[in-house]
Amino acid sequence: MSLIEVDALERTFVVRRRSGSVRRTRSVVRAVQDLTFSIDAGEMVGYIGPNGAGKSTTIKMLTGILVPTSGELRVAGLEPSRQRTELARRIGVVFGQRTTLWWDLPLRDSFALLQKIYRVPDQRFHENLDRFVELLDLGDQLDTPVRQLSLGQRMRGDITAALLHDPEILYLDEPTIGLDVVSKGRLREFLRALNAERGTTLLLTTHDLQDIEALCDRVIVIDHGTSVYDGSLAGLHAQGGSTRTLVVDLVDEAPPIDVPGAAVRRVEGPRQWLAFPADASAAPIVAAVASAYDVADLSIQEPAIEDVIRDLYSHGA
Amino acid sequence: MVRLWIRAELSYPASFAMLVVGSMMINALDFASIAIMFSSIDSLGGFGLREIALLYGVTGVGIGVADTAIGSVERIGEFVRTGRLDQMLTKPVPLLVQVCADRFTLRRLGRITQATVVLVWALPVVDWTPTRLLVAVLMVLSSTALFFGLFVLFSCVQFWTHDASEFANAFTYGGNTLTQYPLTVFPRELAIALTFVLPIAFVNWYPCLYLLGRDDPFGLPEWLQFCSPVAAAAVVTVALLVWRTGVRRYTSTGS
Repeated sequence: MSLIEVDALERTFVVRRRSGSVRRTRSVVRAVQDLTFSIDAGEMVGYIGPNGAGKSTTIKMLTGILVPTSGELRVAGLEPSRQRTELARRIGVVFGQRTTLWWDLPLRDSFALLQKIYRVPDQRFHENLDRFVELLDLGDQLDTPVRQLSLGQRMRGDITAALLHDPEILYLDEPTIGLDVVSKGRLREFLRALNAERGTTLLLTTHDLQDIEALCDRVIVIDHGTSVYDGSLAGLHAQGGSTRTLVVDLVDEAPPIDVPGAAVRRVEGPRQWLAFPADASAAPIVAAVASAYDVADLSIQEPAIEDVIRDLYSHGA
Repeated sequence: MVRLWIRAELSYPASFAMLVVGSMMINALDFASIAIMFSSIDSLGGFGLREIALLYGVTGVGIGVADTAIGSVERIGEFVRTGRLDQMLTKPVPLLVQVCADRFTLRRLGRITQATVVLVWALPVVDWTPTRLLVAVLMVLSSTALFFGLFVLFSCVQFWTHDASEFANAFTYGGNTLTQYPLTVFPRELAIALTFVLPIAFVNWYPCLYLLGRDDPFGLPEWLQFCSPVAAAAVVTVALLVWRTGVRRYTSTGS
C-alpha cells in the first residue's frame, strides 16, 4: 500500500457574498474535486498549479487541518482528520509564508518546546538538532529571537523544527518563496540529502520550476481542484511543448538571429528573444549564436508554471 | 511548555511584579466599593457584607483560575486569522491544551490573590460542618470548571465570526460581575435564567445558600444547592462538544 492515498477527494467551501445591504448570496466553491493520486515512501513529488488551484487545500487535508467534504484519504494508513494528533507525530509541515516557531522566543527555546510537544528522546533530539544546525548553518542564530531572523534563516529554522521528530513525510508549502538564489540552492541541497539519507518522502508545492527540476522525479499538476498531469517533469515539458527562452544582447542591432533549433520570438533593438524546446540542451544554441554574432550578454529564462500549464491545455485540447 | 512562558514572563521581574500588584490594587478597590456601600446600608438583597464577600470570593477565585488556565482561548479568532491554528493542528497535542499553554501568563495572579483574601475573610460567616466543608470545596472547583466551560463555549463563536472576543467577555466577565451580588437583588426571571439557561448561579449562589443555611429566596428546590458539580460537568461537556464541532467545521484561511 502506498504511503499517501488520495481517492476522489473533494472539498467545497461555502462563500457568502454581500449582494445588498443585508442580503447575502451563498455560493459553493469546489476548491478540490475528484482528485486521485498516490505517493510511495521515499518519493519526492512536486505539487504544482496556478494560484487558487487547490494546492494548499490539498495539503491541509493531507495534514488533517481540513476535513474533506467527500472522498477517501489515507496517509501512513491513518485518516488525517480523525487521527490528526496520531498522524502529527509522523509528518512534518512547513508553510513557507507562516512560521511554526514562537515569535518572541530564541530558536533554541522553540526547538526545546517542540521536543516536549513531540516527546522526542533527549539523545535523538540532540543528534538531529546538531545535524540540522550543521547542514543548514544555523549555529550562530540559535540564541536569536525568531522575530529578528532573516527570511532565509527563519525558513531554515522552520525546516529544522519540522524534522526534529524524524517524520516519514515532509510537506513543504512554497519553501523557497522570497529566498535569494544562494539560500534556495542550499535548501534544495539539504532536502536532497534528507531524502537520500533518511528516505523521507517529500511533497512540495512551489511556483519555482527550478525547485522541481532540482528535487522531484515526479510532478503532479493541479488546476481547478483536480489533477491534470501526473508524471515526470520532462514528460510535462514534452507533452505541453513548453519552451525556454534565450535572451541575447547583441553589441549592435541585427536582423533576426538564424540558428538551428531555435526561433526568434521578439526583437527589440539589439536584444532578441529566442525560443527553444524546454527539454533540449541550451549549449549548442548558445555556441551557435556566440560563434556567428557579436554577443554582449546572454541569459536563459525558464518557463513559468503558468505558461507550462497553459501550454498543457492548448496542446491537449 | 507552561514553564517556558512563565520564564519568559519572569525575565522582566519588575514589570511582572508591577502587573500583579497593579491588578491586586484594582481588584481591591473593586471589593472596597462594595464594602463602602455597606457603610450606609446593612444588607444588600438580604445579605450581609461577609456573606457577600463569600459570594464574591468564590466567583473571583473561579474566574481567576479559569482565566489563567484558558484565557488564551479568547484569542482563537486571532489564531485563525494568522494561521497559527493551522500550525497547532499539525502538532500531536490536543488543540485545547495547546491553546491553554500558548503564552501562558500569570497576569491573573493579582485577581486570584485578592479573591482568595476576600474569601478567607468571609469564611467565619459559615457555621462549618463536614458536609458544608465538602460542598465548599466542590463549589470552588465547580466555579472554576464553569468559567472554564464558558470561556471555551463562547470563544467557539469565533470559529464562525473570526472576531468576537467581546461577545465571550459579556458572558464570562459579565457572569463574574452578576455573581458578585446575591441573586435576590435581581428579578426572579433573571435568577431562573441563570439557573436553567446559562447556569451561572451554580458558580456560587446555590452552594452558598447551603453553606449559610438559608432557604431559597425564590422558593426553588433545595437539591439545586448540591448541583454545582452537575452544572459544571454539563457546561464543560457542551463546551467541548461545540469546540470539537468548531474545529471540524474550521475552514482555515488562504495560504
